[in-house]
Amino acid sequence: MKPGHGEVLVAEGDVDVPEEERELIEAFRRQLDEGLWAAVPKTTNNGRREASMVKSFDEIPRDADRVIFFPRAAGGAR
Amino acid sequence: MLLALCATGIVVGALLAEVIVPRINDALSRRRARRKKAPLVGYDPGRERRAEQRARQLLRSCVNEEEWAMYRDLGFVRVWGRGDGYAYLIYPHKPIVAFVPQTRELLNEYCVEFPDMSRPYGSARLPDSDDVLAKWMALTGDEHGLVRRANLHQPGRQVDPKAVRRDLWRLSAWEKTRGGSVSAP
Repeated sequence: MKPGHGEVLVAEGDVDVPEEERELIEAFRRQLDEGLWAAVPKTTNNGRREASMVKSFDEIPRDADRVIFFPRAAGGAR
Repeated sequence: MLLALCATGIVVGALLAEVIVPRINDALSRRRARRKKAPLVGYDPGRERRAEQRARQLLRSCVNEEEWAMYRDLGFVRVWGRGDGYAYLIYPHKPIVAFVPQTRELLNEYCVEFPDMSRPYGSARLPDSDDVLAKWMALTGDEHGLVRRANLHQPGRQVDPKAVRRDLWRLSAWEKTRGGSVSAP
């Protein structure tokens, strides 16, 4: 997510292909270095939809089809 | 006599020109400068609309069918709290409101924003649906973390409690038409 633009594709690839996985890891780290949060939308065992916040590439489920990066939350208007 | 008047007129004109011409030049320079300072990329309603359409598609692909329909029909999303007996209303670019579904009692407002820190002078905000999705992901992924970061206020600080109660009534009526209930899943 990018303010003023909406969804922007950062990178895509297959984690089972080593070269593509490396590129995905680099792209993931770059986004976190820029201060963004990362989340993986998922369906729980009871069918509920929710997100998992991930802080490292290892935390991303291997079968996840996407990771969404968005600005960090900050306290709003006082 | 006429010659004297003409000579006087010319002198007065020359003196006035000495005073007025620099001012006119200054005004023209300022005007040119203002035009140069105008942003190269102004507000583009088409771009904003496209961004919002993309954001709606992304939101729809992340939340469940009921939450999407709720947002589409009512303009907000209800998220159940991790604990018992409370839930949140997520509005675009407004504080998150915690409430008790059974009594419709409003508990707190959590003021939270998702600013883009990568730009030195701030930036345009997220499209409405992206703001809702960011809150949804942060709430469902790390409720306590988001609540800790938010500025906590009593209900009514930024969101009109009457409007929220009306929204809760609308939500209840909406759920009845869909055959649902207000109980947590």
